[in-house]
Amino acid sequence: MKLNVVVKRELQSYFATPIAYVFIVVFLVLSSVFTFYLGNFFERQQADLIPFFSFHPWLYLFLVPAISMRLWSEERKTGTLELLMTLPLSRRDIVLGKFLAAWIFAGLSLLLTFPIWITVNYLGDPDNGVIFASYIGSWLMAGGFLAIGSCMSALTRSQVIAFVLCGFVSLVFVMAGFPMVLDAFKGWMPMLFVDMIAGLSFLTHFSAVSRGVLSLQDFLYFMSVIAVWLTATSIVLDMKKGD
Amino acid sequence: MIEVSHLTKEYGPFTAVDDISFELVPGEILGFLGPNGAGKSTTMKMLTGFLRPSAGTVRIWGCDMWKDSLTAQSRIGYLPEGAPAWEEMTPLGFLNFVGEARGVVAGRDLESSVSRAVSIMSLESVLHQKIETLSKGFKRRVGLAQAILHDPDVLILDEPTDGLDPNQKHQVREMIKGLSKDKIVIVSTHILEEVTAVCSRVMVLSEGRIVSDTTPAELLEKSDYHGAVAISLSDESKADEIVATLGQLVGVREVMTDGQQLVVFPVTDDGRLFPEVFELTQKSHWPVDSVHVEKGRLDEVFRRLTEGADR
Repeated sequence: MKLNVVVKRELQSYFATPIAYVFIVVFLVLSSVFTFYLGNFFERQQADLIPFFSFHPWLYLFLVPAISMRLWSEERKTGTLELLMTLPLSRRDIVLGKFLAAWIFAGLSLLLTFPIWITVNYLGDPDNGVIFASYIGSWLMAGGFLAIGSCMSALTRSQVIAFVLCGFVSLVFVMAGFPMVLDAFKGWMPMLFVDMIAGLSFLTHFSAVSRGVLSLQDFLYFMSVIAVWLTATSIVLDMKKGD
Repeated sequence: MIEVSHLTKEYGPFTAVDDISFELVPGEILGFLGPNGAGKSTTMKMLTGFLRPSAGTVRIWGCDMWKDSLTAQSRIGYLPEGAPAWEEMTPLGFLNFVGEARGVVAGRDLESSVSRAVSIMSLESVLHQKIETLSKGFKRRVGLAQAILHDPDVLILDEPTDGLDPNQKHQVREMIKGLSKDKIVIVSTHILEEVTAVCSRVMVLSEGRIVSDTTPAELLEKSDYHGAVAISLSDESKADEIVATLGQLVGVREVMTDGQQLVVFPVTDDGRLFPEVFELTQKSHWPVDSVHVEKGRLDEVFRRLTEGADR
């Protein structure tokens, strides 16, 4: 079990380059802009963080691919994938380790939004249990996006392609509950399947979470999204590593 | 020991490695020779468990590379082609990571393994610089240090001296030769002298097949030049006369000239040609700088064995 060895190296890599700092700053700036300008945080006159959390799916949609695009593409391009995979590390340790490091990094960025939590507590008397649950839910959703990104990155040597693919597939997942996606299936698919597709939507699951209701069902949903996409990552790596 | 049996790798209709089998015992240093695209790197990628073979097996001390890859891989030190490394890391961080991944226990064991590899590869001066800032030679040495870090039973090096200056090449060859006798080393190279300088066994690959598997000395014996007598003249003017005289000797099959250099080929390689030619040069007072027996020319053997592969 050398999972921690992989996680440690990956995390160190994030902070050895400007990537980590640029990402964190952009994430903090954008999440504040969304909350205060688009979310009308002050105008609502309510002591909660719903305006903050409700924009997270859209924020993640283009920020998470920026983290995940390099996960495998870069390793393939520079040849370090060959080095990594000939070390006596299990496939699970490698795939899970790289994912966990990215997830921890995303979690750290999320934690650094704590001033907004202090602000809302200073201004009013919010339900901190709800806020805590929302943070956990947001982090789970980031994990879902990252797992999709991991698989897309394994598909190609090009980080740009990985970015675009991850953005697109994530968008489909976010929008799965929207009529524009469902209409495409409604005409020819049994209603049961259309409902299933709607059930796959990140937004459907996150909207409950952003109001502070973190049900076991939503938790399991995000965990299975992560598990499925990481398994897919492993399969894609096997198929493509010789290219 | 390493047992490779019927190893094959196909990419669609293209066969990169075609039914290769061989065995290696401790103490052997095997050189992989072959033109680009002959399957050297692909074979190494399968030996180290990176690529899954289309058919065939690799066993490292009886341990199957695909059934128990972690045990098999832990006995191997591998330098992939181009010596890849995470460029944002320092050599120290890189070596520590590889050591931990290889199961060297963190603490004093890891420290002593790393410092041993660092001193063998003379990396002390760059330990704390980012790898991306290092010269090509240093990058290669970082890759080599990584491969020997855990004192592996099997060392697989894909073009280890590529990009090194002559001094560094010499250093790496000495390092390989200096490994204890219970190790197995596999080296791939384009550089023909390297094979005679380092290897105890040579395998020539062409179009994914083994076309020759022998010792460097035996490979040299396959050369047309093996046993021929080379004469270096100090004066070109008498060359025609000398060639004519030599051509009349009984044991001579052919005399080749290239300016001041003459090569006399014997009919049969029985070692009797040299004394005869030498005596003649003395008696006739030819303007001769040197006379010596050729051991053979590897580039000529190499070309003959792999001919057609480029076409």
